[in-house]
Formats: sequence, C-alpha cells, structure tokens
Amino acid sequence: MVKKISKLLRTSSEIVPRDKFYTPGSSRGFLDLVNQRFLLKLLVAKEVKVRYRGSYLGQVWTYIKPFVLFLIYFMFVGYVMGGNDRVYNFGIYLFAGLSLVQFFNEVFRNCTISLRSNAALVRKIYLPRELFPIAAWRVALTHFIPQFVILLVASFVIAFSSHPVNLFFLDFKHILAFCLGILLISLFAIGAGMIFATINVFYRDAENLVEVITMCSTWISPVLYDYRLFSEIAPHWFYNIFMCSPISAAVELFHYAFVYDRNFRGDRWAIPVHWVYAANFIPYTLIAFGISGVFLVVGQILFHRFEGRFAQEL
Amino acid sequence: MKLFGKTMTPDPEVVVDIQNLQKLFKLHHNYSLKDSFVNLFTRSNIHKTMFTALNDINLQVHRGEAVGLIGRNGSGKSTLLKQITGVQRPDAGSVRVKGKMAGLIEVGAGFHPDLTGRENIYLNGAILGMSKNEIEQKFDEIVEFSGQAKFIDTEVRFYSSGMYMRLAFSVAIHTEPDLFLVDEVLSVGDNEFRKKCIQKLFELKNENRTFMIVSHSENQIRQICDRVVWLHHGIIMADGTPDEVYPKMNAFQS
Repeated sequence: MVKKISKLLRTSSEIVPRDKFYTPGSSRGFLDLVNQRFLLKLLVAKEVKVRYRGSYLGQVWTYIKPFVLFLIYFMFVGYVMGGNDRVYNFGIYLFAGLSLVQFFNEVFRNCTISLRSNAALVRKIYLPRELFPIAAWRVALTHFIPQFVILLVASFVIAFSSHPVNLFFLDFKHILAFCLGILLISLFAIGAGMIFATINVFYRDAENLVEVITMCSTWISPVLYDYRLFSEIAPHWFYNIFMCSPISAAVELFHYAFVYDRNFRGDRWAIPVHWVYAANFIPYTLIAFGISGVFLVVGQILFHRFEGRFAQEL
Repeated sequence: MKLFGKTMTPDPEVVVDIQNLQKLFKLHHNYSLKDSFVNLFTRSNIHKTMFTALNDINLQVHRGEAVGLIGRNGSGKSTLLKQITGVQRPDAGSVRVKGKMAGLIEVGAGFHPDLTGRENIYLNGAILGMSKNEIEQKFDEIVEFSGQAKFIDTEVRFYSSGMYMRLAFSVAIHTEPDLFLVDEVLSVGDNEFRKKCIQKLFELKNENRTFMIVSHSENQIRQICDRVVWLHHGIIMADGTPDEVYPKMNAFQS
C-alpha cells in the first residue's frame, strides 16, 4: 500500500513523458496537484492580491468582517436573547463556532464559483481542474488564520483570568480536536464545493443554492445556541441527524478545543456539563467524517466524469 | 522565403497521433434548471441541435514537423487544437501525444490585469508548465524579448494592448515545449515584433520541436510550415506541402 502510494507520488512529480504516448487532458485527480505546488501558490497569491486591490484597508478587512459579525451576534444573541446566561463563556463559544462556520461558508462558496470565475483559463489551457477548488480553499485558509490567532489569544486570556493554573492544562487532546475540526470542515466544504462547482458549470442555479445554504449554516449548527437547547425541543431522530452533520461535528470539535475542558478545570464552576454529549462525541464525529469522505469522493468522481466538458460548457 | 524548411529532414517518429476523432457540439444550452426541466417534458428535438465540429479526423504529426492548419472560419481548426491540448475531449476516437506541449491557443489567457508584468510572467509561466527555476532562469530573456523592461513592475491593466500581447507572447514562446500549438497569435504586435517572433519560431523549429499552426495568412504558413492540412466543415480535405494544398483550396473556394 505504502509502496503503491509512493510510486504514484513519484510518477506524478515526473515531467510529461517525452518518449511515451499519453492522452492529453486525462487527469489523476488530486494526485496531479503534487507537481503543481508552485502554480497553486501563485494562484492563491493572485487571488489574495486581486481581492483587496485598490482598497485602502486591504487585508485588514479580513479582521473587520468577522469581528463585526461576532459583535452583532454577541450583543443580540448573547444579551437580548439570553445566550450569555445559558452558555458558559459565551463569547469564546460563539467566536469559535462562528469562525469555523465562516470558514466553511467561504470555502464552499469559493469552490463553487472557482471554475466559473477562472473560465478564461479553464476554456483555453489544460490544467488539472482540481487546482481551482484547492486554490479557493487555500485562500479561505489565509483568511481564517488571523481569526484563529484572535481566538487563541482570547481563549488564553479568559482561561488565565478565571484561574492562572488553567494555562497549564493545554494538552494534546485540544490541539488534536482543533486539527480534526479543520480537517473535517475542509473535507466537507471542498467535497460539497466540487459537487456544486460541477453543477454550476451546467446550471448557474447552483450558485444561488449555495447562497441559501451558507445563509442557513450558522443556524443549523450549534453556534449561536447550546446543542442541549436543541435536544430539548427536537425529536430524537432529527437531533441525531443534526449532530452528525459535518458542520455541527466540526463546531463541537472547536468548542472542545477552545471552550470546554480547559476553561473548566481549576475553575470553581467546573461542571462537566457536556458529559451527555461527550458520550456520543466520538460516534457523531466518526459519522461526520464518513459523510465528508463521501462528499469528497463524489465530488472527485463528478469532476472526473465531466471535466472534459467544462471547457465547452463554460 | 524559406529559411530552414528544406534543410531539415523530419524525424519519422510520430508525436501527435489522432485516430478517427469526432467532436460534437450541442447548439442550444439550458442554463437554468427550469429550462432543462421543461425540455425534459416537452422533448424538444435534441438531435437536431447537435453540430459536428470534427468528423473522422486521422492525422499523424512527426517530431520536428511544422504543420499548418488552414481553412475557413468555423472549419474546426481551433477545435482540433483544443482536442490536442486536452482542454476538450473528443466524443469518439482518440488523441495521443508525446512530450510537453504549450498551447498558444490564446496568448495571455492566464494574464490578470491587476497583477504586475513580473507577477504575470511568473503566473503565466507556471500555467504553461514551467517550474520556478525555469522561470527564474528565463526571466531576463522573457523581459528582454518583450521589450517591456521599463514597465515590468507596472500593473498590466495600464499596458497598451500591443504591450500586453508582446509580454504574453514572450512568456509563451520561452516555455520550451516539445510541441507548440499556435492559434492565430502570429498577428501580434507591429511588424518588427512579428518578425522577431517568426525568427524565434525558426530557432525553435531548428531545435527539432514540433509545431501546429493555425493561420489565415498564406504568407506566414508558407514561411514556417512544410506541411499543410486543409480542413473544411470538420473534414480533412487535403494534406501535403503548401504548394500542393493551397491551389486545391483556392480552386475549391472560387
């Protein structure tokens, strides 16, 4: 198995064979990206530069937009609707989930339009088409990193201010949860994005549908409220579906990484309030990973099946 | 005028092998789900909207050959090149190639107006399959060839259309592929630059690289190509030296 993979990687980094026939335009999906790293980097740099071209604040907008959104939700959901009273450490709780969902929205949206917005290239030059959704993902990642830094600092400050000893309780599990959360949401967003990107080549309706989905994504995952609130009112089967959705699972992984345990330890309010959920934490997450994997495979298959027609349909 | 055409004996090795290639296009598209849903029930005559762009094309190009594709607008020349680059896939038959290709299908397709000349050279070079080292090595040569050294750090949006095309062409011509697919890009720039381009093409041809060129200029084709393929409504009408094919085509058209 390892041998096979390393062989594939080796051949994919070779230059095009000079003395052997090959069929132009036949791709091996994501494997082709291995020797396109430089191009990928340039495409990402282009995307980032072009987006903030001619704007005075430039990259600062990546901070302003999520911050305003956070502030609005924090004021209205936190104070007006009483989220503050129900959820421990609501600020961090909200920001952790919100930044992740925003990341999902951006990846999903950018992937969906990635083929159409690069139509000039897709139509005229053959490149592995997976480049475009992956570039879109990398662009979203560069926007996510500042939010992550803010989140990290804020959660440290709050943990420290509630009890200095909390700082020593940052352990491997939280870092793992964070990494898994990013991985899970990336797989899901890229997979779904590739599916919608393919549809979008043929029917522009996909773009609008994606707008609707991203509008709902904040609400159909436990970002603005506690999942227990949902479990109290929703039928059990619906609650299970809700928790198995990759967005919910990734949000909960983030909550675990930034809010749960760490801030509770050494704290006098420390109650393992999430033990109910913790019992099903792992199965829910595994199912969510399975769903994401299916989306990614379907996305890749659709790309492979239809990429010969991308150029003429765009 | 023929500079190198006669001195070269083309290598018999086939580098482009096209077998029974067929390409169909749908003429009417539905861009919304509603339309296609309606069509599904009304059964609008789908078969009538198919258009055969290329029909049963068989063509072998050998290493070191320069093949000119000629014919009227809409005869399938560009479509044929697109099948070879892999941008589109044939509906039937097969296309196989050997070696690295560069499609000068549309010069500057990867250019972005908001990037500087320098950034565009890197981006477009990478799009055309150059590695980072190759681009760095060739960078000065590319800039010099384009004659844009002064404006290289200016955003391309401020370039005149001539300057833009010169830079784009310089990048494309420095990618050093084994197979060049050139589509109507020899009409770039002023006379002097065009001469320089053709000179450069000869140099590359001398290095035993293969060319497929689409052009409406008989002069250019006769200058560069030693073999001409005449396409008409997606069918190969004639294949031979320019002296054989051009009289046939002219007789047919008049």
